[in-house]
Amino acid sequence: MSQILQLFVLLPLLAFLASMVISKNKEKLISGIAITTTGIHATGSLIFIVYWIINGYPVLDIKHLVLYKTAAFEFVINFYFDKTTAVFATVGGIITLLVSIFSRYYLHRDEGFKRFFNTLLLFFLGYSLIVFSGNFETLFIGWEILGFCSFLLIAFYRDRYLPVKNALKVISIYRLGDVCLMLAMWMCHHLFHANITFSQIHDEAFIADHLPQHTSLFIFTSVMIVVATAAKSAMLPFSSWLPRAMEGPTTSSAVFYGSLSVHLGAFLLIRTYPFWENILVVKLLIIVLGLTSSIIASSIARVQSTVKTQIAYSSITQIGLIFIEVALGFHTLALIHFAGNAFLRTYQLLVSPSVLSYEIHDMVFNYKPPIHDQSTGTLQKIKNAIYVLSIKEWNIDWFLYHFLWYPFKWIGSKMHFLGKPVSIILLAIVFLFGVMSFTNQDGRSLHLENFLTHVFSLLGLLLVLSSFTKRDDARRAWLFVIAGQCFVTLSIVIDDNVDLIEAFIYLSGITVGAVIGYICLNRIKQVDNDISLNQFHGYSYEKPKIAFIFLLSCLALIGFPFTPTFLGIDLLFTHIHRDQPILVALTSFSFIFIEIAILRIYARIFMGQHKKNNHPIAYRSS
Amino acid sequence: MSHQHFDEAHVLHELKHYLPSQTPLKDFIHHNSLHAFQHMKFFDAIFKASKIFGFQATLQLTEFRELHQIGRINNEVLERIIAEKKGVQQVQLWKEKLLHKKYDTHNSPRIGAIRAHWKNEYKIDLDNLVQPLLFRILCSYLDQGISIWKFPAGNDGFLSSITRLEQNSFTSFFKTSRARQLLLQGNLQIGHLLKTVVGDEAYFEQYLFDQQFSHCGWSGMVCAVEAMPGSLLDRKTISLHDLIVFELLLEIDALECELGKNWQPLSSHVKTQPVELLAGVAPTELSVVFALWQEAFEWSYYDQVLAGISAEKKREHPAPKQRSFQAMFCIDERECSLRRHIEFVDPACETLGTPGFFTVEFFMQPQNAKFYDKLCPAPVTPKYLIKEYDVKKERKHELLYTNKTHTFFGGFISTLTLGFLAAVRLVQTIFRPKMSPAISNAFTHMNKEGKLTIENKSLEDRENGLQIGFTIDEMTARVEGLLRGIGLVKDFAPIVYAIAHGSSSANNPHHGAHDCGACSGRPGSVNSRVLSFMANHPKVRELLQERGIVIPTETQFVGGLHDTAADQMEFYDEEVLTKENAERHKKNIELFEKALDLNAKERSRRFASINTKKSLRHVRKEILKRSVSMFEPRPELGHGTNTLCIIGSRQLTKGLFLDRRAFLNSYDYKTDPEGKLLTGIMRPIGPVCGGINLEYYFSRVDNYKLGAGTKLPHNVMGLIGVANSSDGDLRPGLPLQMIEVHDPVRLMTIVEHYPEVVLKVIQSAPEMYEWYINEWVHIIAIHPETHQFFYFKNGVFTQYVPLVKKVNTINDLIVLVEDAKEMETNNIVHATQENLPVYSLN
Repeated sequence: MSQILQLFVLLPLLAFLASMVISKNKEKLISGIAITTTGIHATGSLIFIVYWIINGYPVLDIKHLVLYKTAAFEFVINFYFDKTTAVFATVGGIITLLVSIFSRYYLHRDEGFKRFFNTLLLFFLGYSLIVFSGNFETLFIGWEILGFCSFLLIAFYRDRYLPVKNALKVISIYRLGDVCLMLAMWMCHHLFHANITFSQIHDEAFIADHLPQHTSLFIFTSVMIVVATAAKSAMLPFSSWLPRAMEGPTTSSAVFYGSLSVHLGAFLLIRTYPFWENILVVKLLIIVLGLTSSIIASSIARVQSTVKTQIAYSSITQIGLIFIEVALGFHTLALIHFAGNAFLRTYQLLVSPSVLSYEIHDMVFNYKPPIHDQSTGTLQKIKNAIYVLSIKEWNIDWFLYHFLWYPFKWIGSKMHFLGKPVSIILLAIVFLFGVMSFTNQDGRSLHLENFLTHVFSLLGLLLVLSSFTKRDDARRAWLFVIAGQCFVTLSIVIDDNVDLIEAFIYLSGITVGAVIGYICLNRIKQVDNDISLNQFHGYSYEKPKIAFIFLLSCLALIGFPFTPTFLGIDLLFTHIHRDQPILVALTSFSFIFIEIAILRIYARIFMGQHKKNNHPIAYRSS
Repeated sequence: MSHQHFDEAHVLHELKHYLPSQTPLKDFIHHNSLHAFQHMKFFDAIFKASKIFGFQATLQLTEFRELHQIGRINNEVLERIIAEKKGVQQVQLWKEKLLHKKYDTHNSPRIGAIRAHWKNEYKIDLDNLVQPLLFRILCSYLDQGISIWKFPAGNDGFLSSITRLEQNSFTSFFKTSRARQLLLQGNLQIGHLLKTVVGDEAYFEQYLFDQQFSHCGWSGMVCAVEAMPGSLLDRKTISLHDLIVFELLLEIDALECELGKNWQPLSSHVKTQPVELLAGVAPTELSVVFALWQEAFEWSYYDQVLAGISAEKKREHPAPKQRSFQAMFCIDERECSLRRHIEFVDPACETLGTPGFFTVEFFMQPQNAKFYDKLCPAPVTPKYLIKEYDVKKERKHELLYTNKTHTFFGGFISTLTLGFLAAVRLVQTIFRPKMSPAISNAFTHMNKEGKLTIENKSLEDRENGLQIGFTIDEMTARVEGLLRGIGLVKDFAPIVYAIAHGSSSANNPHHGAHDCGACSGRPGSVNSRVLSFMANHPKVRELLQERGIVIPTETQFVGGLHDTAADQMEFYDEEVLTKENAERHKKNIELFEKALDLNAKERSRRFASINTKKSLRHVRKEILKRSVSMFEPRPELGHGTNTLCIIGSRQLTKGLFLDRRAFLNSYDYKTDPEGKLLTGIMRPIGPVCGGINLEYYFSRVDNYKLGAGTKLPHNVMGLIGVANSSDGDLRPGLPLQMIEVHDPVRLMTIVEHYPEVVLKVIQSAPEMYEWYINEWVHIIAIHPETHQFFYFKNGVFTQYVPLVKKVNTINDLIVLVEDAKEMETNNIVHATQENLPVYSLN
């Protein structure tokens, strides 16, 4: 029976691949594939669930595919099925099916019709991977796919400024969550000396065995998981991304930010519940997080004067409550709450344009002139203070910028001297020295090794940050981020005597991506001799093919699942020991900013308003 | 803009003139998007606007060339246009330029240059720092009913409300104290603030233009609300002045926050001279090329139409001895096809066209409504009020639209309960779409069973300065005006229908744009019913008889409404019909139904969701379904493709297939030799038909800047407009889904009368003449005796002979629409091929 599980992931994968090769103007075929796939998926999972219940609803766990295996490391695709999977799979299948049918008409003749359905299928693949996943690795693949789909759908109208800006904003926060999840996986690996599965987590004895001796490590892992879920589910302090993600077609907002994607944080919490249920601090953290998010979001929802942002904040309010329910162990309630919230927000978003005529009509008959409280007492002042704060979204955005992104930007902007010829030569020498010291293993002392590791890791991060803040030639930023990756790899290679094959796995994807990406940028440079990162160029209007190829090379570089780099990142991480907090922090930051820096290059060069106004282009403010 | 000295009142006045003037979306009034330039000749105006604001003013050069290649731009017409404008010798030279010469088509607009210095010199993205918060505060202040927690500080002016809120709160909208202090001091002058931000007075005007046009949607909306507070139900006091002051304060705040205390005003970093934003623009060779292409594109179509009319004039349509019925429709081009089908199913009937408010202008108050609806053309301010009473039906509510789902506890309860209802509703809306309270339904504008206060009881019977109902004299004047205007003064049939139109659509913030333009963007059902009541009134009949219009007692008027999206019809006060007429009416309804079937079939050829080849009944059902489908962004195509306005006898067009592109206004020159009635008819043609046509034109040629862009990401803002996403500017103009089918050509008005009379009429009022002399609308007079065409150019009518000699004839319309191809993409080159040429119907 558990063999069937893989079909639920295979189906969207095949559909996605098929849909990729269909010609752009075959609307019926493109939407047909999506509808058939999600239709089969939804009915299939319903039938499966009935069959599963008849069989006494056992928890299913299947080790499906070993992607990579060494003595110390094993990357396995694992599937798992329980009540939570059943609910998430059913609700997800039904909503995606209904929204696909809705979109078939809604998106008729849209320039991005095919793009939309392809992304939807890719999303569905990612979603299925997550809900059926049996271990962190499998879940993480889905998690990454989902983040990338979000980026594509938010920036769906890529010829305007705001969608692209907001897509970058959202992917940055997602990336932060991703890396936290990676850290959780890393720590788990060290905790249990193996990559554990969700069924092991559900094994009380197994957890109880480890918990007492490693409480602080358990807390660390749990906090990482909580940050990852908070980012995905738009809890504080990340909440402000959700309303800004409503940039794509209404249907994509409905399926992503109204319902499915945004609830996956809650899913991960339920999945990992046994892991942290006995740690009071974590429980409290989740409850406090859920409650404050819920209260703050509901105050913001009350003052929203636009339909979609109102729905976004109302949804956050409920997800906050779902977090509390999960922490308190009311999982059935949480699942019902999830389903209700997902359906309600999907529906509300889909019909959101009709609110105008409905409400105006309602006003004609039921209007009461508002009474304004003119009192000037303290209570009124507090009320007004909350109103003003809610309009300003409690400064969440400002807070994130100043405390999260700005410090890195500042460091990055101070690192531009690294681009000077002298610095480049020095860096090259240092790098070669590192390579040599690795090959010449005899003469190394442990201290020197440790020192070098950290130096290289730091240099890697600084190079990445410098690339992230670069405003001049995109090719330089591109080379910098690649150089950064080389340094990061080297630092770990030196640190742990990594098998060269593993380093090769990581670098193979990067090298191909780097070369192709560079060629693409060169091609674009030849068009107008201007590829500064100081503005958006919008070249996907003029050079859609190069844009697509460049996007693929970006994916190779950031380690998108299905590229060897993805596996490589995971491999590299396992070589960092748990007593190396600085190294793991430096590496994590590098991985956060590598992706942001790369997607920033893609966005600035290929997205945004096309810079040449020899055809109608959008206002920046639109 | 040579004002070294900054004149605030003058600059505000200029800004209001140039900003887009779309009112809140609940009433959609079409207007010329470039109304600010209407005092200039069309081509001068559009190229000037294009240079100042960066619009695309015509199709793109490559598009014109492709249109020529596929034959949509007729080569003969092109050569003739060039010969006319450039001389016969120049034809080859210019043709070469039009077809092959390489031009740099980049357009760098004047707007935005000075504010670009913030980014270039100060490395500050001021728009990003200011606009999101500014829009959110503006939207919260103007919000009509989305937010649960309303703007708390009264409604006595935008700035004073914000000041009160700032005084009375522990937190502030501002980040620094400087801006807040400035606000609290009060008595803010734009000039003073500009001194701080900009510095040199010479740049003030340019700076304000740059600033306001960086979000022209919101600024335009503020101007519209300032000028017409009544355009909002929940009235708000706001002014452009207040907006500018507040925006400047936010800018000071952002600059202070980013740059610290000692920043220098902008002009200290500006090395260029102030730009004369509004100065004239010299014509370039490229603009001449565009103008020639545009004219060639337009005349390629007009020429066929004129050829068709020529042929039609030669055909005889013998009038039947006795008319079976007469039906008056709105001049709206969507009724053009329905009239054709009605005449087809009953050749003995007669159809007429007149603006859809049927010359009765009034406010209407539905029963229990707190507001009045204006039901007449937008520029008219009626003195009358008609109230609805005796309505039994209760208005239904839609549970899922409650704002309780957005609160903390309410949300908790409702997600656990309504959430699952939403799932059921979702399935319903996709698989079984049907009418619901959430859909704007043309037929609920007035309740069929309710009653109306049409007849005035006494002159003292007034409400809020409006007279309730019309007196007999007032009624007579209106009925007489209508009948004389359309030339219906004798040969009355037993039943005369007055059929208004409206449009039902789901999930469509722009639904008002589909309703009747002559009724201020609302369905005209009340007007048709009121007119019929008046014309049936015995005392009115008596007075009409005295004035020479004898309506037989047997003749009765019946009001009705045609839903142009759903292709449904409804009739009013049918109980007043005599027994004989009730019988006739019953038969006529069957005819109307048949005609509606055919109309639905004809319309369906443009809809991908419907297979036109299926049976009439199936297609009709599908059309109805479209109008109530939440997933359908094109319930109907509105005024898309409108191009012609024909004022004259139906004989001119009766046998022509015009593909729903013509506004048809009935008029009989014989009853009006001096053109007195014609003046009244011509007056609204510019603002209504010309306005519609030009709004479609500009939204088509630059859907990004002059249109609203694609509907799919639209977010409803404060119930007053739409924007993309949460932080975007309002998007005035028409969305992409409405203009895809439209060929951007100017309106061609064709009047059946002597050229000298037409000239006299259009010259009788300067605001009317402006439309024609400045070429925003073309006009041709058809000589009633010689049937020759006279085209108006540079103040005179000169003869025009069509190049096309013959239009094709079709025998079966059904075959034509069934075989017509749908556009491949919405690129103009593909899209225009969906529009069928003129045919003669056999």
